[in-house]
Amino acid sequence: MFDEKVLEKIKGGKEKWDQGPVAKTLAKAPEQKPVFTTISGTPVERLYTPLDIAGLDYERDLGFPGQFPYTRGVQPTMYRGRYWTMRQYAGFGSAKDTNARYRYLLQQGQTGLSVAFQLPTQAGYDSDHPLSMGEVGKVGVAVDSIEDMKVLFDGIPLDKVTTSMTINAAATVLLGMYLALAEEQGVPWDKVGGTVQNDVLKEIICRGQYIYPPKPTMRLTVDLIEFCQKHVPRWNTISISGYHIRESGSTAAQEMAFTIADGIAYTQACIERGMDVDSFAPRLSFFFNAFTNVLEEVAKFRAARRYWAKIMKERFKAKDPRSMMLRYHVQTGGVTLTAQQPLNNIVRVALQTYATALGGAQSLHTNSYDEALCLPTQEAVTVALRTQQIVAEESGATDSIDPLAGCYYVEQMTNKIEQEIDDYIKKIDAMGGTLAAIEQGYIQKEIQNSAYRFQKEIESGERVYVGINKYTMEEPPPTNLLKVDMSVGDVEAAKLKKLRAERDQAKWKAALDKLRQVSQTDENVMPAVIEAVKAKATVGEICDVWRDIYGQYRPKEFV
Amino acid sequence: MAKKIKIIVAKPGLDGHDRGAKLLARIFAEEGMEVVYTGLRQTPEMIVAAAEQEDADVVGLSSLSGVHNYFFPKVVELLKSKGLNDVLVVGGGIIPIEDYDFLQKSGVKAIFGPGTPTMDIVSFIKSNVRAR
Amino acid sequence: MERPDAPYCESPAIRTLSIYDEVGDSADSTCEIGYSHLELLPRMLSAREPVLLSVVVERTSGLMNRDYAKQILEGSQQAVARLISWLEDEDERAYPFMEELYPHTGKAYILGITGSPGAGKSTLTDKLIRNIRKSGLTVGIVAVDPSSPFTGGALLGDRIRMSEHSTDPDVYIRSMATRGFLGGMAKATCDVVKVLDAFGKDVIIIETVGVGQDEVDVVGLADTTCVVLVPGLGDVIQSMKAGIMEIADLYVVNKADREGADQLNMEVSARIEQDTHIKMSGWTPTVHKTVAVDNVGIKELWEAILKHKDFLESSGRLVEKRRNQTYQETLRMIHNEMFRLIRDQLQENGRLDRLVEEILERRRDPYSTMREILDEWQFFTPKQKEAS
Repeated sequence: MFDEKVLEKIKGGKEKWDQGPVAKTLAKAPEQKPVFTTISGTPVERLYTPLDIAGLDYERDLGFPGQFPYTRGVQPTMYRGRYWTMRQYAGFGSAKDTNARYRYLLQQGQTGLSVAFQLPTQAGYDSDHPLSMGEVGKVGVAVDSIEDMKVLFDGIPLDKVTTSMTINAAATVLLGMYLALAEEQGVPWDKVGGTVQNDVLKEIICRGQYIYPPKPTMRLTVDLIEFCQKHVPRWNTISISGYHIRESGSTAAQEMAFTIADGIAYTQACIERGMDVDSFAPRLSFFFNAFTNVLEEVAKFRAARRYWAKIMKERFKAKDPRSMMLRYHVQTGGVTLTAQQPLNNIVRVALQTYATALGGAQSLHTNSYDEALCLPTQEAVTVALRTQQIVAEESGATDSIDPLAGCYYVEQMTNKIEQEIDDYIKKIDAMGGTLAAIEQGYIQKEIQNSAYRFQKEIESGERVYVGINKYTMEEPPPTNLLKVDMSVGDVEAAKLKKLRAERDQAKWKAALDKLRQVSQTDENVMPAVIEAVKAKATVGEICDVWRDIYGQYRPKEFV
Repeated sequence: MAKKIKIIVAKPGLDGHDRGAKLLARIFAEEGMEVVYTGLRQTPEMIVAAAEQEDADVVGLSSLSGVHNYFFPKVVELLKSKGLNDVLVVGGGIIPIEDYDFLQKSGVKAIFGPGTPTMDIVSFIKSNVRAR
Repeated sequence: MERPDAPYCESPAIRTLSIYDEVGDSADSTCEIGYSHLELLPRMLSAREPVLLSVVVERTSGLMNRDYAKQILEGSQQAVARLISWLEDEDERAYPFMEELYPHTGKAYILGITGSPGAGKSTLTDKLIRNIRKSGLTVGIVAVDPSSPFTGGALLGDRIRMSEHSTDPDVYIRSMATRGFLGGMAKATCDVVKVLDAFGKDVIIIETVGVGQDEVDVVGLADTTCVVLVPGLGDVIQSMKAGIMEIADLYVVNKADREGADQLNMEVSARIEQDTHIKMSGWTPTVHKTVAVDNVGIKELWEAILKHKDFLESSGRLVEKRRNQTYQETLRMIHNEMFRLIRDQLQENGRLDRLVEEILERRRDPYSTMREILDEWQFFTPKQKEAS
């Protein structure tokens, strides 16, 4: 990008600067730290110049927004056309409670819904299962059957909103319910839009909401993708997630590398199913984290966009440009929030939101400042949403596309992270692919090592964490925390009992038998799932059929 | 042979957030303890069976999904019902301070919230563990 | 506090519970009340005075020891657990109980499972337990993981994969750290197996860390030894170097759905065929393919283990094997104890340090020093020597 002669001149100038003013200042006063590093532990130089990006080729490495390799963004006009979707993950207690929260958020100008399911639903258990004790309605809404789904979306037309559901191993079941509900509302499936997370590999790597062993669980994942490609064209069939990888302690580069490794595994599995890459790849979406180090985060997003485009084009021979676009949702970093001085979290979230905007995301969830303490209160959720609106509409971050392009620091960091991603992918390929690397615990161990390093840095004081290891203060215990009604469990159990007694037994049994039969063949399970949920089979009952056939996953992981 | 502190690190319930539990398991081992990590999705019965069979001196429970008020006292209760009164039970995770009192009254000897220096946890355990 | 009466004589378990309830927190750290001393308790508890009572309990607890041997024979998991801890600690208190338990050992069938890290030993063990339990037998598991040589700590993760069985009263799982003992086996493993044997477990599985040559030690303990291999780790060559190939009664090719499984199978079979030593032993090791995660091949593996058991029993090899084990073990125990005695005595008053200094300065040599020390021990135990 730079003339050789210009570079020579800069090199001379830099040397002079180093030996002159810098050396002189250092002699008088040393810098605050011997080494400066990003939150991921990557060393940061005192100054970046064109010398650090001398090899950058604008056309090849950056290009234009909406064009390969999409480093600068996936749409030609980005936020000048439309802001990112402001999507707040919400769900707690019963379906009725959550429905009220949804209606409130829609009134406040939110444009998409995001469903948090309770852990029993995510793990494929009904609310009255012994393992569900104490968990019902706790971190998300209790959905056991299509009846709950009806209440959850009561008064919300499914063709007017898009819905993102954080559901993975049981994704086929919950999507089945959603589609059955759309049918009931008279909304044709091709008008239904949204996302299921459906990313079972990261559950095994780090999030823990797995049900089945890797192979059968991948089969269900691919069944869903295949079904939607044919019948629900606006549905994002998977949200390949780095968010939780980062939450578990990975670096920024590891977050992108391991997510892309998962993405490669899903793409490969779909191709092996016989699908054409361009028939499903445009609906693959991603989900990342945003930490507080703005510049590193921006670089990370740009690097991943460029790398994924190349993988799709070169490895999988995609031809449709949409197959090469890394479209992603972001959630601000949950682990960056502190229970100490919780109002500080508002600032952290603002910076993370800023990073997300500069990085070119398609949608965003901002965390509430009280989330290190409890589930967010309405007040805190509102502040979180307002943070997005301020960044979008006041800060100017959205006025020009990819405004940090050409910044020496950001460009070299983008290159560096892309290189790291590539190193990991090569290593994982050599191990026999993502599944093998997970099986050997390689990915998990890499993440744990980073988490360990970070913890040590915090404890030694090497890395400052305001309110944790610096600027700490005594504070009164927080008040005004949201409490979930402990009786939700009983209510849900009673509802289930009633449902089981009143449903059409013959129809119910026939639907589950059919599901069992189909699941033992290569046939796509989705139609049978939809029939089963219509016959009022519960999440637990459907998942039990598969537990029976496929067995349950037990982590091989150790510490 | 020097006696080693044996500690069970367990995740009760369905919560999958095990970053903290695993990190602490590693740090306990580095501090010379013998750490039995039970993995996710443990019922109180499983945790107590592990404590009993392993002759654990300490049971460390981690919860980030808000189920501590249900699970932690249950573990203590079961330990007591088996006569394992001298097992030190400690907990951590996302636990509102207003619940600390209740948990301590039910026999959880200490609660370590987010941001607790790991060495504080280690030294609490070392100075409160039973003799064998 | 209510005055306790007759019910105290019913069952030991109930009695202990009541004591704890009555005494409350003050007895928390001093719960060493032995069941054998329970006849004293009605008198102690009739004191009616809680403060006094806790004093009584604390004072007596120091004097009394539980009769672990008796409790273990009666089925107390806690007694087993504590005795194992003492054995791990080499705590002197353990050995009198071991003497008492020894006559009750020798009934369990002992299965060793070894192989490289990542071979899937724990998963395989988990699935084997399920199979063994189906046939109604009870199981004890000793899962050995390495201690860190730097910190002395250990991460014991084998329970994760066996959690399905953790609340089954007929399965007892114990994780152990090697505590620096070479051989991939914790030093106390041998004793722990005896405890579980006396405890009445029908099958005892020893799962050991496979590191190099060391796991050969498992042979000294197990009736049947399974070596677990997986495709793609270069296992055969490694194992041949390490001498593992000689120790197996059965080979398990785990993760057999992976590429290279057939190849590995062939290599192992070929290797068995070439081995003249094996041919002479009367038992030709068999090779079994499993996919432990999916529970594939486990039933067949268990049947093969039983077949090996039958072979050992009908050919008289089992008796021979155990005679050999007992011979080795007796020697090892004498060796360990004598070594300990000599070492402890030498370390007293810093004599060993002085000797080392002198040897270092070439004022004496280690050979004659050894001779000198042994001479002191040749005819006398230290006690007799004092007397003379």
